[in-house]
Amino acid sequence: MNSLFEAVVAFHIVVGAFFIFVGSFGLLKLPSFMARLHAPSKSTTLGVGGCLVASMLQLWGETGTISVQEILITSFLFMTAPVTAHFLALAYLHTQRDIDESLPQPCSKSNWSALGDEVAGTLPETVSNAEQPNRF
Amino acid sequence: MIGYAVSFGFAAISIALLMNLWRLAMGPSLLDRVIAGDTMVVNMIALIILYGIQRNTTLYFESALLLAMFSFISTIAYCRFVLRGDIIE
Repeated sequence: MNSLFEAVVAFHIVVGAFFIFVGSFGLLKLPSFMARLHAPSKSTTLGVGGCLVASMLQLWGETGTISVQEILITSFLFMTAPVTAHFLALAYLHTQRDIDESLPQPCSKSNWSALGDEVAGTLPETVSNAEQPNRF
Repeated sequence: MIGYAVSFGFAAISIALLMNLWRLAMGPSLLDRVIAGDTMVVNMIALIILYGIQRNTTLYFESALLLAMFSFISTIAYCRFVLRGDIIE
């Protein structure tokens, strides 16, 4: 492997590791939970993608084979990181009691604008809303 | 040159893991700990990949693939439990 190719692989490793570090640093230092969701889901996923590209390049340089296993890992991470971030944001929203005062009110009578005026109050209760009045 | 880069990568990802551990211990809510655990698993995927680069072998990619596939299911199970009180209804 010539040194230019080694430099490209090393660059990808350094950039990927730096993004992983930035993602975890943001998880540590950002003030609220909603802000803390951004850092690992975007930056850490990108950093792992960088390390995986470096691994693909190094394998190609050493043995000449193109391997798709790393693309599989990257595609899994790219598909599942937004799903987990959305799920965590939903769970956090459901644990907040006084979220209604900070959100703008929809046009219908209930808090969910997808429900019309006539079906307000007919959604079943969840465990986290058990001791709250039935706002749906 | 790759050896130095891999050493830097090991150091950076280890510090990132320690920071995730701090958030796991100090997170004021349950969901902070959930996201810290998920981020720790993703950092472990990168660490396994870097170890495979250092050892110049492709043996360890299956473990990284398995971690990538199953880590998010545990995060989703935790969130489902917080949301609904039950994971599979």
